[in-house]
Amino acid sequence: MRAYLPDYEMITAPSLQGALEVLARGEFRPFAGGTDLMVLFEAGKLSHHKWLSIWGLDELRGIRVEAAHIAMGALTTYSQIQRDATVQAEFPLLIEAARLTGAIAIQNRGTLGGNIVNASPAADSPPALLVYEAELELVSCVGGKIVSRWVSYRDFHTGYKSTLLKKGELLRTIRLPRTLGAEKGWVQHYRKVGTRKAQAISKICIAAAARVEGAKITDARIALGSVAPVPMRCLKTEAYLRGKDLGLAASWMGEARAVIASEISPIDDIRSNADYRRGVTQNLLEEFVKKLSSGSTR
Amino acid sequence: MSKSSVAKRVPVSFTVNGKSHSLEAPAMARLLDVIREDIQLTGTKEGCGEGECGACSVILNGELVNSCLVPVIQAQGAKITTIEGVAQGDVLHPVQKAFLECGGAQCGICTPGMVLASLSLLEKNPNPTRDEIREGLAGNLCRCTGYMKIFDSVARACGSQQ
Ligand SMILES: Cc1cc2nc3c(=O)[nH]c(=O)nc-3n(C[C@H](O)[C@H](O)[C@H](O)COP(=O)(O)OP(=O)(O)OC[C@H]3O[C@@H](n4cnc5c(N)ncnc54)[C@H](O)[C@@H]3O)c2cc1C
Ligand code: FES
Ligand code: FES
Repeated sequence: MRAYLPDYEMITAPSLQGALEVLARGEFRPFAGGTDLMVLFEAGKLSHHKWLSIWGLDELRGIRVEAAHIAMGALTTYSQIQRDATVQAEFPLLIEAARLTGAIAIQNRGTLGGNIVNASPAADSPPALLVYEAELELVSCVGGKIVSRWVSYRDFHTGYKSTLLKKGELLRTIRLPRTLGAEKGWVQHYRKVGTRKAQAISKICIAAAARVEGAKITDARIALGSVAPVPMRCLKTEAYLRGKDLGLAASWMGEARAVIASEISPIDDIRSNADYRRGVTQNLLEEFVKKLSSGSTR
Repeated sequence: MSKSSVAKRVPVSFTVNGKSHSLEAPAMARLLDVIREDIQLTGTKEGCGEGECGACSVILNGELVNSCLVPVIQAQGAKITTIEGVAQGDVLHPVQKAFLECGGAQCGICTPGMVLASLSLLEKNPNPTRDEIREGLAGNLCRCTGYMKIFDSVARACGSQQ
């Protein structure tokens, strides 16, 4: 059933400081592009009633390129991400995630910050952000001043739909270190498995990167969506892959598949089931290793 | 939560198809409903009401959006184009003409959204490939045409021979 409109309130704030002051009082919650929240609203499932629109806060928007990082404002949309030359050149996993999220109209309104804080285990950008070892800046207003803290994105999701974000806090910045360049031998790979190309929520998605020197994998980062209560890094599989000779992949692939299957905890839900997710995860790993062997960099 | 029967209204102004409008609406009313009911432009359609189908597409500050997902307060000060703003009087836009010529519209429910999504695509990419046309329209569902005639329409509108 549709929401009963008179029950809801939405206000705006003129500045980040003003927004944080409102949020500090505890009654209002942040509302960005609305592509998650409006769907709940429409379905009559939006249980909170007072919303602060942060969409107008331009200080939370845009991509800044620094020497060691790129810093993206939380309100940066998928469309803005796809247009950015530095992201295109250095963060192809994020470009792919953005391109495969919803369709154009969703990409024009959906924000990276909203995707992170919404904390769906099936979201498409978290695996990319995990591979890039993103850092998040969380801000709040204490005694009339903006206070900021940085947390590692890897620690942000503390359980199904729960995060380190405290009441009254906003996600301000997503920072990605510029470390996985192709010139350093890193190969990157992203694949989303869903029912159709556009608009589909993932059944599984993988973001991965590995450093290959000669025929040897010297470093690896692998992250998955939809196979655990939170988007996850596959640390055991990464450790297993380090030092492996790609020339001998046929001899260790079976073991690698077993390792990745042992560290995920997929479930049955409306989009897929645990067995399918386990099998496809193994296939996705194998596909990634084949790409490493083929010597292609993208 | 106590039920009040009348939603609190806030002032909002924006332009639709070049004409300014100032009105009062509940802040969280969907832009879709305000366009259809308050401004009485019913060319913008509601299909799914959840961002999936694109029937409610409008162009908001130069970008294609689903108006069912936009609370009206976020359109404060915006420039909006709806399907009613696409033709110049009686003269159809080339995209609209192409839809007529290629049978890109049947029942017509998806057509306003399809046309706006096509305009938005062609503005960014005047010579899209067939794949780019598919990707540009991937957020717009059609139950009638089977899509091929729609893709043909867009190709015809940009003068491509595909
Ligand atoms: C048709 C459709 C298709 C979709 N397809 C995909 C898909 O393929 N992949 C995918 O991952 N997602 C998809 N989504 C989900 C959604 O578009 C994304 O999660 C999007 O990134 C959400 O961003 P938003 O700004 O719209 O968030 P909102 O709906 O505004 O907010 C989402 C949550 O984040 C909180 N929030 C937002 N910004 C901040 C901030 N700066 N600080 C603190 N809290 C904040 C809000 O309080 C809320 O809890 C789809 C949605 C629709 C409707
Ligand atoms: S009615 Fe808005 S996308 Fe379907
Ligand atoms: S023409 Fe009927 S839905 Fe497209």
